[in-house]
Amino acid sequence: MKPAADSAPRRGAEIVDKAQHPLREMVVMFLANRAAMVASIVLSIVVLAAIFGPMLHPVDPFEMVWAPFTPPGQDGFVLGTDYLGRDMLAALLNGGRVSLTIGLVAALMSVFIGISFGALAGFYRGLVEEVLMRITEFFQVLPTLLFSMVIVALFGASLEVVTIAIGVVSWTAVARITRAEFLRIRELEYVTASRAAGASNVTLMTRVILPNALPPIIVQAALMVGSAILFEAGLAFLGLSDPNVVSWGQIIGSNRPYILDAGFTVTIPGLAIFVTVLSISLIGDGLNDALNPKLRAR
Amino acid sequence: MTNSPSTAPLLDVRNLSVQFTTRGGTVTVLDDISFTLERGERISFVGESGCGKSMTALALMGLLPAMGRVSGGQVLFKGEDLTTASPARLRRLRGNEISMIFQEPMTSLNPVFTIGQQISEVLRLHRGVDNAEARDRSVELLQAVRIPDAAARVDDYPHQLSGGQRQRVMIAIALACEPEILIADEPTTALDVTVQAEIFALLRDLGAKLDTAIILITHDMGAVAQMSERMLVMYAGRRVEEGQVANVIKAPAHPYTRGLIACVPHITSDVGALVDTLPEIDGIVPPITRFGRDECLFAPRCAKAADECWSAKPQQSDIAGHSSHSVSCWHPFGTEGSR
Repeated sequence: MKPAADSAPRRGAEIVDKAQHPLREMVVMFLANRAAMVASIVLSIVVLAAIFGPMLHPVDPFEMVWAPFTPPGQDGFVLGTDYLGRDMLAALLNGGRVSLTIGLVAALMSVFIGISFGALAGFYRGLVEEVLMRITEFFQVLPTLLFSMVIVALFGASLEVVTIAIGVVSWTAVARITRAEFLRIRELEYVTASRAAGASNVTLMTRVILPNALPPIIVQAALMVGSAILFEAGLAFLGLSDPNVVSWGQIIGSNRPYILDAGFTVTIPGLAIFVTVLSISLIGDGLNDALNPKLRAR
Repeated sequence: MTNSPSTAPLLDVRNLSVQFTTRGGTVTVLDDISFTLERGERISFVGESGCGKSMTALALMGLLPAMGRVSGGQVLFKGEDLTTASPARLRRLRGNEISMIFQEPMTSLNPVFTIGQQISEVLRLHRGVDNAEARDRSVELLQAVRIPDAAARVDDYPHQLSGGQRQRVMIAIALACEPEILIADEPTTALDVTVQAEIFALLRDLGAKLDTAIILITHDMGAVAQMSERMLVMYAGRRVEEGQVANVIKAPAHPYTRGLIACVPHITSDVGALVDTLPEIDGIVPPITRFGRDECLFAPRCAKAADECWSAKPQQSDIAGHSSHSVSCWHPFGTEGSR
């Protein structure tokens, strides 16, 4: 890796060189996890399909193209058509874009809110912690689905509002994890050492404590992408989603009355959600193992 | 700042007292500590655990824990009172003019950044240098603290270094901005004896080169003799004895100092000889709730304790014949007692 190190043997090199950058160790650990690897491949396919699918299959998902309830594989429609005769494959690909985007953005949003609350509460303690954690608990005890439905009902069912509604109700877990990590790390010696080297509170929070607190937050964030997709599907199923865009949950919701006549119209988007969320969960699990120093072979 | 640097000491601590507010009430952790430090001078704080040595250091840096506060006295650094300085001012001083290294080199470095990044951080903070320059300086500093193959090791992570090397990195960080004062809080306690001597030699050399005053906090009399010109013995948050190291070790006046010195095993030339039982000081440091009382806090453990020891705090007095050797004891050992 470093030519200078090879040419000049250094003291204790034979012991020390085995140790690698913590990130590299983590990647090795993650690659060794078979379930997580398979899940990564599956998720990559889903993501690629969502990004490039609509280009390769340029059919408007809202356009009625054939007879309703055409079964999959018939008349050249790979996944059939829905109750209005719209192409299911186009709906699935376009819906994937929307569902994944909402999942990702909502998860990022709740990570951002959660880290801000947790970091400030865990770092400053005292009154700040008291106030911020009470707010967190307030959000925690609210029935999340009901609360997000209220937000969507109040501000209209647009993509942005739905995303915000999901982000706003799901950040509490991140806040609590972040706070717990900050409480633990702020007492460690390297934080005192940084303080003694003149670091300001902002520096301590963002550059000293936060990088060390990230592993469990990353795991939680990964899992949250999955739950945000589920959440969006739930809202869309109830009809509380942007009527101008198609998402997986929305396909299920709109075909719901015909579940007995044409089960595939609900099963296919349902499977898409299932496979995607399961992959994300398995990846989160793999990350958890890889990032947890106690499970890591030293 | 107004005082001319030639006459005023670099650091002048006057009657510093620190109190902790606990659930049980207010306790005095540091009781009327005074000392001065000249430019480039090396002083040791000696005492058992829980005597307030580290607390003194933290009070100097303005890093007292949340429950602690300076309840009296002044810390004059170049004439500026640090006990009333603003947090921003203290941040500019920390790591820049007053640095500190800690007891546990294994945990004092941030595990997610390379050592080069961590040295650069303090340079960027106080010197405003750019990344390339900070990296070059980091390599120089690693060379200065005698890390072999510094240019390659600058990108190592803390867990790739041994304890001794990590402490060297801590020293490099502490000395990066060429501070006026370096506080070393038991810097070698966690290290092997062989590494200890190297670290002390390094601190001495670099301190002399940069004209940095060093405050060494330790309970190791050997370290004191190796490192310092002056020593200050602390007991239960109070200063009990202060003087030149040679004088204090040759003729300790306070029973506590005497006890500490007697505890150090002497290597006998006759290996097979039966060594007498190593003396110890009976008892333990009193609980923190007793600190600050108007009595001699060492009295319960002292063979010479008499009525006045229990009823009043002993005043500081100079010892005749030795300049700058002072003791706070009702019944100090005289010079004749040590012969």
